[in-house]
Amino acid sequence: MNWLIAILQATLFVVLAPLLAGWLKWCKCRLQNRKAPSLLQPYRDLIKLTNKQPVVSKQASWLFVTAPYIIFSATVLAASVVPLIAVDLPTSATADVIVMVGFFAFARFFQALAGLDTGTAFGGMGSSREMTISSLAEPAMLMAIFTLTMTASTTNLSGVIIYLLDHGLVLRPSFGFAVFALILVAVAETGRVPVDNPATHLELTMIHEAMILEYSGRYLAMIEWASQLKLMIYGVLIANIFLPRGIAESFTAKALGYGLLAIMVKLALLAVLLAIAETLFAKMRLFRVQEYLGFAYLLGVLGMLSHIILEASR
Amino acid sequence: MILVTAYCAVLLSFASALPGLMINQRQTLIALSGYCFTKFFNGNARGRDWVNKSLEERHFPVFLRQAVFVLLGLSGVFALIAGLAVLIGKGVITGQLPFGLPWLHWHVRFDALSGFFFLIIGIAVCAVSLYGPGYVRGYKENEHPFAVLGLFTGLFVAGMLLVLLADDAFMFMIAWELMSVASYFLVAFQHENSANRRAAFLYLLMAEVGALAIILSFGVLASFSDSFTFDALREAKLSNAWASIAFVLALFGFGMKAGIVPVHVWLPEAHPVAPSHISGLMSGVMLKVALYGLIRFCFDLLGDVHWQWGVVVLILGTVSALGGILYAMMQTNLKRLLAYSSVENIGIIFMVLGLSMIFMANGYPHLAALGFLAALFHAFNHALFKNLLFLGAGIIHHQTHELNIDMMGGLIKKMPQTSVLFLVGCMSISSLPLFNGFVSEWLAFQTALQVDVLDNGVLRSLIPVSAAALALTAALAAACFVKVFGLIFLGQSRSRNSEKAHEVKHKGMLAGPVLLAGLCFFTGIFPGVIIHLINSVSGQLLGQTMPNDSALGWLWLAPVSARQASYSPPLVLIGALIAAGVCYWYLRRNPLTVMRRAETWDCGFGGLTPRMQYSSSAFTMPFRRIFAKVWIIDEQINKDMQGAMNQDVAAVHYQLHIQDHSWPRLYFPVVHGVNSLAKQVGRIQTGNIRTYLGYSFATLIILLWVIS
Repeated sequence: MNWLIAILQATLFVVLAPLLAGWLKWCKCRLQNRKAPSLLQPYRDLIKLTNKQPVVSKQASWLFVTAPYIIFSATVLAASVVPLIAVDLPTSATADVIVMVGFFAFARFFQALAGLDTGTAFGGMGSSREMTISSLAEPAMLMAIFTLTMTASTTNLSGVIIYLLDHGLVLRPSFGFAVFALILVAVAETGRVPVDNPATHLELTMIHEAMILEYSGRYLAMIEWASQLKLMIYGVLIANIFLPRGIAESFTAKALGYGLLAIMVKLALLAVLLAIAETLFAKMRLFRVQEYLGFAYLLGVLGMLSHIILEASR
Repeated sequence: MILVTAYCAVLLSFASALPGLMINQRQTLIALSGYCFTKFFNGNARGRDWVNKSLEERHFPVFLRQAVFVLLGLSGVFALIAGLAVLIGKGVITGQLPFGLPWLHWHVRFDALSGFFFLIIGIAVCAVSLYGPGYVRGYKENEHPFAVLGLFTGLFVAGMLLVLLADDAFMFMIAWELMSVASYFLVAFQHENSANRRAAFLYLLMAEVGALAIILSFGVLASFSDSFTFDALREAKLSNAWASIAFVLALFGFGMKAGIVPVHVWLPEAHPVAPSHISGLMSGVMLKVALYGLIRFCFDLLGDVHWQWGVVVLILGTVSALGGILYAMMQTNLKRLLAYSSVENIGIIFMVLGLSMIFMANGYPHLAALGFLAALFHAFNHALFKNLLFLGAGIIHHQTHELNIDMMGGLIKKMPQTSVLFLVGCMSISSLPLFNGFVSEWLAFQTALQVDVLDNGVLRSLIPVSAAALALTAALAAACFVKVFGLIFLGQSRSRNSEKAHEVKHKGMLAGPVLLAGLCFFTGIFPGVIIHLINSVSGQLLGQTMPNDSALGWLWLAPVSARQASYSPPLVLIGALIAAGVCYWYLRRNPLTVMRRAETWDCGFGGLTPRMQYSSSAFTMPFRRIFAKVWIIDEQINKDMQGAMNQDVAAVHYQLHIQDHSWPRLYFPVVHGVNSLAKQVGRIQTGNIRTYLGYSFATLIILLWVIS
C-alpha cells in the first residue's frame, strides 16, 4: 500500500511538472502584458516532440542518445524522494536529501557530457558554464540543507517535515536564512532569470539551452520534461519544508486529497512569486553569478551559525 | 596459516623481481635446463620441448614477462586472501622473523588494519599484473630494460607489504625505505628525459626528508619506552607536549608520502613520469600505505588522541582537497591531472579522519567509528578508481602516444571498451550515486552532520564549514572529470594521433580495468560488504564498530540510526531501471520516429573544424576567473598584425602557464636558505692546510677534555 502511494506520488510529480511550467509561463505573460498560452501548452509541446522524428548529429556517439534517458530517470528518482502530498513514504527512506543532490549531480554530469559530445563550441560553452554554476551552487545548497537537517537531526526529508509538523510554527532565525539561500540556489540551478534565461537562444548568454542545442524530438522532450520536473522539485522542497502545513500524515483518501490541494496552492503561489521576480529583474553577467551564489552560500553559513549559536539545545 | 599466506604474498613479490634479471642469461638457462633434464627427469620429452620452446630467442622475453607478472599476480591473490582471512577471522597474529639486529628480531603483526590494507594492495596488484604484460610490451629492451622494471616492481610491492606487517620501528623503517627507494627507480625508469630525472630526484629527496621525520617520531616514542617493538611503544607514557611533538613529526612524515598540501609537490611530478601501471600502484596504493602509517601511529601507538590533532588533520585535509582539485582542473597532462586529483582524495580521507579524531577525543567512540569507516572506505574506493583511471590513461597513452588532453577527442568511437571503463572511473571519482565514491562521501557528510553532540562552539561551526568545502570539492571534481572525459573521448579528434587510434588488442590490458570497474560498481551497489570488513578494523582499533549498521536489513545503509539517515543503493538502482525502462518503452513504441542522422548545426557557415571545440583551458576559464587567487596564472595573448596599417590580425598566440603557489612561497625560500647556509659552512673550508691542522688539533683537545 505504502509503495503504491509512493509510486502514485512520483507519477503525480511527473504529470504535474508541465502544468507548473505552464502556469509559470501564464503568470509571466500576464505580468508582461502579453497574451498567455493555454495552461496545457507544455503538455502539447511534449506530445508533439515525442511524435517527431529525432535528428541526431553524425558526430554524436551512443552517449548522446543515452543521456536523455539517464537525465530523465535521475530526475524522476530525485522527485520520488521528495514528499509531495504525504510524508513517511518508503521511497523517501531509500534515499535522503544528500542522495537527492547526488541525483541532480548525476543528471548534470551526463547533460554536460552530452553537450561536449557533438564537438561544437556551443555545447562546450554550455557544459563549462553549467558545471561552473552548479559547482558553486552545490555547497550553498548543502549549507542551507544542513541547517535544516541539523535542526531536525535527520537527513531524511520526510523526517525533517515530520519534525517540523510536530514542533509547530516556531520562529527560527536559521530557517529564514536557509530558505532565502535555498531560493537563490533554486533559481540558479533551474536556470531561471537572473542566472540564466530559459527563453533565450542568444549565443553568448545561454547556458542550459547551449548544452541541449543539438537535441530534437523525443530526446528534447525528455530533457525539457526533466528540467520542468527539477523546477517543481525545488518548488516542493521550499514549499513543504518551510511551510509543511497541509501535507498528509496518514494515508486516507481525504488526507491525501487535502495534501494534493495544499501543495498545488503553495506551488501556484511560489510560481507567481517567481514570475514577478523574473519580470522585475534582468539577467546578470556570467561573472556576476559567483557573487550571487557566494551570497547564497553566506546566507547558508549564517543560517548554520545562528542555528548553532541561538537554537541548539545547549 | 593466515600469516603464512601473508608471507607467501611477500615472497612471491620478491620472486617476481627475479625472472626479469635473467633476460640476458638465456644461454646459461638453456645449458642448465639441458643438464637438469638429462640428470633428473630422464629426458622427459614433453617438458623438455616446452622449456626449450620458451627459451627460444623469440619466445624468451615474452616468457619472462609473463613469469614476472604471473608471480606478481599470485602475490596479489595471496595478499587478498590473507587480508580477507584476517578481516573475517577478526584475529591478531604475531610472529618473529630471524632477521634484523641481533638483539631485535623482526617482529611481525598481522591484524585487521594491516589486513584491510593487504586487501587494497592485493586487488590493485592483481589488476596491474593482468594489465602489465600488454603495457610493457611496447618498451624497447635496449632503452628500457625489462629487468629494471621487473626487479623494482617486485621490490616495491614487497616493501609495501612488509610495511603493513611490521611490528617494530626498525623493520617498519627498513620496509618503508625499500618501498621508497624501489619506487624511486621506477619513477626514474624513463630516465633519458631530464625532466623525469629531476622529478625522480625530487621524489627521493622528499621521501627521505619524510622518512627522517618518521624516524624522529619513532625516536620520541622510543625514548619513553625500553624497546623499539610496537608493543613497547604502545606502553610508552608521554606527556601531552611530547605526544604532540611525536604526532606532528609523524603527520609531517606520513603526510609527505601521502601528498598533503603543501608537501604534495613531488606527487604531480613523479606520478606522471612513471609507467602507467606503476603510477596506478603509486597513486592508488602507496599513498594508502602512508595513510596506514598515520593511522597506525596515531590511533594505535599514541593511543590517546587529542582533539586539537583532529582539527589540524581536518584543516590540512580540507586545504588539500580543495587545492588538489583546483590544481587538477587546470592541468592538461592527463596523468598530472590524475596525480593532483589524488591529492584531493587524500585530502578527503584526512578530513574524515580528522573528524574521527575529534569525536574520539570528545568521547563519542561510535561517531569516531563512523568517521573512521568513511575514511577507510574512501581509501578503498580511491585505490580502485584511481588505479582504474591510471590504467585507462596508460591505454590511451599506449594507443595515441599522447598525454595532453587538448590533443585528443572522439576516442569513444575508436576505443569503445576503454571509454566505458574510463567513464565508470570518472563517475566513481565524481561521487555520483550508484558508484562507490558516492557512498564514502555520503558517510563523510553523515559524520560531519553529527557535530551537534559536541560542546565546543568553535568545532561546531568549523565542521559544517568543512562539510561545505567537501561539497564544493565534490562538485569541482565532477566538473574536472566532465572535462577529462569530454575532451578525451567526446567531440572530434584534435590530432592525427587520436584520429588514428584504435582499441587496444591485448585482452589483459582491458581485463585489469574491467576488474577494477566491476568492483567500483559492485561496492557502490552493495557497500555493506566493505563496511562489514571495515567494522572489524574499527572494532579492533577503536573498540567500537559502526552503530546500527543493518537495522533495516542488508540492502540498506543506515549509520547511526534508520531514523536519521538511510540509503539503499540496490533499490535506487531498481528505481532507475524502472524509470528508464518505462520511458524507453513509451518513446520507442512508434516505428515512424526512427532516429535520423544529420550534420551538426553549424549556424549556416559550413564546416565545423576540431579547433572550434572547447579546449581544456577554455572549459576551465570560468573557474580560472572565479578562483583566480588560487594559482599563479601567467596568461599571454600575442597578436601578429599585418596589412598596411598593421590593422589585420593574422594570427593569435595564446600561452597559459599555471603554477603552484607552494613553490615560490615555501620551497624556494627553503632552497635559498639551504644554499646560503651551505655557503656559510663553506667558509671554514679555506683550502689552507694549516687551518685544517688547526681544526684537527682543536677537535682533539676538545675530545680529550670531554673524555677526562
